[in-house]
Amino acid sequence: MADNLPSEFDVIVIGTGLPESIIAAACSRSGQRVLHVDSRSYYGGNWASFSFSGILSWLKEYQENSDIVNESPAWQEQILENEEAIALSRKDKTIQHVEVFCYASQDLHEDVEEAGALQKNHASVISGNPTEAAHSACLPSEDESLCSVICEVPREQTPSSDLETALEIHDVEVTGEKEKYYDNKTCVKSGSEEETSENVPTEEDTALQPKKNRITYSQIIREGRKFNIDLVSKLLYSRGLLIDLLIKSNVSRYAEFKNITRILAFREGRVEQVPCSRADVFNSKQLTMVEKRMLMKFLTFCMEYEKHPDQYKAYEEITFSEYLKTQKLTPSLQYFVLHSIAMTSEKASNTIEGLKATKNFLHCLGRYGNTPFLFPLYGQGELPQCFCRMCAVFGGIYCLRHSVQCLVVDKESRKCKAIIDQFGQRIISKHFLVEDSYFSENTCSHVQYRQISRSVLITDRSVLKTDSDQQISILTVPGEEPGTFAVRVIELCPSTMTCMKGTYLVHLTCTSSKTAREDLEPVVRKLFTPYTETEIENEEVEKPRLLWALYFNMRDSSDVSRNSYNDLPSNVYVCSGPDGGLGNDNAVKQAEILFQLICPNEDFCPPPPNPEDIIIDGDSLQPEASEFSVIPEANSETPKESTSLGNPEEDSR
Amino acid sequence: MRQAGELDESVLELTSQILGANPDFATLWNCRREVLQQLEAQKSPEELAALVKTELGFLESCLRVNPKSYGTWHHRCWLLSRLPEPNWARELELCARFLEVDERNFHCWDYRRFVATQAAVPPAEELAFTDSLITRNFSNYSSWHYRSCLLPQLHPQPDSGSQGRLPEDVLLKELELVQNAFFTDPNDQSAWFYHRWLLGRADPQDALRCLHVSRDEACLTVSFSRPILVGSGTETLLLMVDESPLAVEWRTPDGRTRPSHVWLCDLPAASLNDQLPQHTFRVIWTAGDAQKECVLLKGRQEGWCRDSATDEQLFRCELSVEKSTVLQSELESCKELQELEPENKWCLLTIILLMRALDPLLYEKETLQYFQTLKAVDPMRAAYLDDLRSKFLVENSVLKMEYAEVRVLHLGHKDLTVLCHLEQLLLVTHLDLSHNRLRALPPALAALRCLEVLQANDNTIESLDGVANLPRLRELSLCNNRLQQPTVLQPLVSCPKLVLLHLQGNPLCQAVGASEHLAELLPSINSILT
Repeated sequence: MADNLPSEFDVIVIGTGLPESIIAAACSRSGQRVLHVDSRSYYGGNWASFSFSGILSWLKEYQENSDIVNESPAWQEQILENEEAIALSRKDKTIQHVEVFCYASQDLHEDVEEAGALQKNHASVISGNPTEAAHSACLPSEDESLCSVICEVPREQTPSSDLETALEIHDVEVTGEKEKYYDNKTCVKSGSEEETSENVPTEEDTALQPKKNRITYSQIIREGRKFNIDLVSKLLYSRGLLIDLLIKSNVSRYAEFKNITRILAFREGRVEQVPCSRADVFNSKQLTMVEKRMLMKFLTFCMEYEKHPDQYKAYEEITFSEYLKTQKLTPSLQYFVLHSIAMTSEKASNTIEGLKATKNFLHCLGRYGNTPFLFPLYGQGELPQCFCRMCAVFGGIYCLRHSVQCLVVDKESRKCKAIIDQFGQRIISKHFLVEDSYFSENTCSHVQYRQISRSVLITDRSVLKTDSDQQISILTVPGEEPGTFAVRVIELCPSTMTCMKGTYLVHLTCTSSKTAREDLEPVVRKLFTPYTETEIENEEVEKPRLLWALYFNMRDSSDVSRNSYNDLPSNVYVCSGPDGGLGNDNAVKQAEILFQLICPNEDFCPPPPNPEDIIIDGDSLQPEASEFSVIPEANSETPKESTSLGNPEEDSR
Repeated sequence: MRQAGELDESVLELTSQILGANPDFATLWNCRREVLQQLEAQKSPEELAALVKTELGFLESCLRVNPKSYGTWHHRCWLLSRLPEPNWARELELCARFLEVDERNFHCWDYRRFVATQAAVPPAEELAFTDSLITRNFSNYSSWHYRSCLLPQLHPQPDSGSQGRLPEDVLLKELELVQNAFFTDPNDQSAWFYHRWLLGRADPQDALRCLHVSRDEACLTVSFSRPILVGSGTETLLLMVDESPLAVEWRTPDGRTRPSHVWLCDLPAASLNDQLPQHTFRVIWTAGDAQKECVLLKGRQEGWCRDSATDEQLFRCELSVEKSTVLQSELESCKELQELEPENKWCLLTIILLMRALDPLLYEKETLQYFQTLKAVDPMRAAYLDDLRSKFLVENSVLKMEYAEVRVLHLGHKDLTVLCHLEQLLLVTHLDLSHNRLRALPPALAALRCLEVLQANDNTIESLDGVANLPRLRELSLCNNRLQQPTVLQPLVSCPKLVLLHLQGNPLCQAVGASEHLAELLPSINSILT
């Protein structure tokens, strides 16, 4: 079936992370023939989101630590005399130090079943079930089969756009899980000694009725598909580059967003809300009247600080935190501005950087709500897929679970001319985009990577209780000792479609100084308590209880200069993996720069033509129909999408 | 068509095409109303219901074209008030929607108040609604205003009439809310205005302030708490002399028939004769439900009765007399704000008003300093501020005079630009207005029926309208003013006792033969010094 792939493209994109997907969409939109492949079975690479069972199989893959050796036809034979090959890596090394802890009560009986299910699920994802495999392998080479490709895009990871199919698949998984396997715990709790005591066997059956308010591990498993767990935890600045791009390209119609509802700060052991908009300041109960005025005055100044150089010129040399001390601000206001609004730290930024960050924050306020941030429903992993979808609409061809063995370089011209895929097929192209993690160690031997420490928690309540239990919050916890980094905490409620009812999904992110657990556990301990039986007896525990925790380190390949990679031909471009920053500006910037190299002088993701404006003049346009044959299909897609992906924000745009 | 009486659906159709594009077309709305009225008589109830439904839908589409069209909202009001069973819940929902889009659309607010009244929505619910909108954006006059209407309804105070004050706990909560607003954004006027409403009081109770009887002039003078027009409609005064009614002619001091604080009447000789040990005079103000009595003792030239100056009602009309602790803490927080925002005029003005409410005399010096600052930061309103300052200074002087229980008032060297509260000076015999910036002696000065000596040197006075009909005025000093023509002295003719007039340093003295001219104009005055 692999033979069906066309053998020639204009652009081959390897990796389906956000920058790659944007470039693929942009190229496809500009009329390039695009092949977009990913060796994984899911979209997004390290930008992906997983259901609960999905994340378990994902982490198992990294914990197993064994190379998956696929028997592939030897590609070496195909390299001609005037050619060289750049072998690509067979194994992803971007994730390290994966550790999982389960605190929710685990009924032994159930536990057994669920744990077994993981294996099954894992098997289905990694080694592929027949239908899935057929999808990725059965690649259409003719235009008329494009539609099936388009449909496939959402099926993999987008429950929203193809809900029924998704439901079916999950049902099969969950019910299937219950019957077979007896292996337990190993994949859930590896690396943790402290919890053996928790696995108290109880004689209860697998009753579906939980004890009131107590979420058990089996419930999480059972409702696993309600989770969409992001590998990278980011938000969209409501005036950031990504929002602009989503709107400009009309990709926004494939996604829905929710406004972050509050900005929090952690101070003196307490979580409190940071007033940042005018309405917040007005409504705040914690600020004194005078503080309200001070804060508003300072923020108003920051909005147009460039116009008042007299107020900061003298302080340009010092850090932002020192500068704040010179302003009329009480210590708590200084804290809010420094950590929660400018989102920097004592040492990290100078006055100008701090003012710029504050201004940016304020500038984004109020566009879609009372905070500057948006979160995509169903998780950050939606975004790469949205762009993939646009790429597919304009004729891009998608192949998941399709690895590329090597790039073929012409010795004479020093240009890359083709790839050889896992089936040994040689596919020619003009441009090659490769995500950093696909390069082998030979290519990256001189590259210095930074690391991001990540943690994902499932908790039973919000870190700051309010009337509404549907709050989406961002909290910055400054690094305590010098040399440690601030930890960004994003707490998602069930209405973001990323976790089951009664739980919150909490993401922690910081620049690594040690392993993820060493970096993040102190913060986790400050904010949460482990979910233990004894504590349940006490009526009200102040802190939210941890049900489940995952730690891992992710490679940060942003900021790596192209020159650090060995021997890259000029038509091979490197896309970096996710960076540790909060916004997505890096990815968009990178995508635009690379797109301009591939398609100089082309508009970057212009809005697609309105289907109603397209006049299909059958006779005259038939011969040159390459573009127009695609668009009517896009049109036929539209009604289907709008039912499942109606975008309430669209009005305000 | 309209004239021809062709009022049918075709007119509706035609007008809807135009109004759909531009709803600001009052004539067409009128036309539609006529048609609808006509159809009401002709159609069956079912047809009519359908018609109304279409009309409501059409109105909504017009509102979407222009949510601030007077005609459209008015038409909706008209239509709904004609319906037998209007769906008020739906109308409230409509208002909420439109206010969601633009929370400051006062047309919609107006309509909402109409709907809320018609549907008898409890004030508490409406208050909660204003809460929610103020929480979203407090720069909202309409919302604050609605609160000021709702709160007195929610917390009626027995003793304070229709525009009553709020109980203290409610007041404190509101003050906190509004302080949040002006500390957050002190340049937003809506909050300051609401603050002023909170601290302000309703109009003072109607009262007779002062009653004065003079035997010589055979005249009775009354001053009221507000200007009234005696003889018009309900404003009638009843005079009882020695407990029997007496019919008299009421007139204003300046002779003009218009609302005035002060009214007077001539008394017949019988009611002033010296045979009885005393005469009592009682004036009953029927509309104001108030009365006052004074006694003229045998052998006395005059008798009076007036409210004492210690009565706080006198000059604190701007701000109420809530517990001074509340005002004091308001003053403290405003001063804090002023330190942060030294140039905020609203804050400065509020400080001044608070100080006046607390203790006008104690804070007099400080108030004047704040006026200085305020004038510097808000030069556009310098004249207004000068007048306000003059008003406060006059008030303070009147207070001091009354505490001292004298009938002499010194208002010299105060930089006054305007004279006010003259109705409070009914009993003053000596008035010094020298060294100010007055440009006129206003007609209201005629209320000073007891005035004997008036000094107004060193001003910029050009007209003397108020120096008329002053029965006791003997001496008038007008040196160094701007009296141009001898004719401006004409009003003085009506002051029978004027014997001494100082006019040095006025332009009119330069004219050739000025003295002769003046002697001719004012023959009764003994000495005119030029």
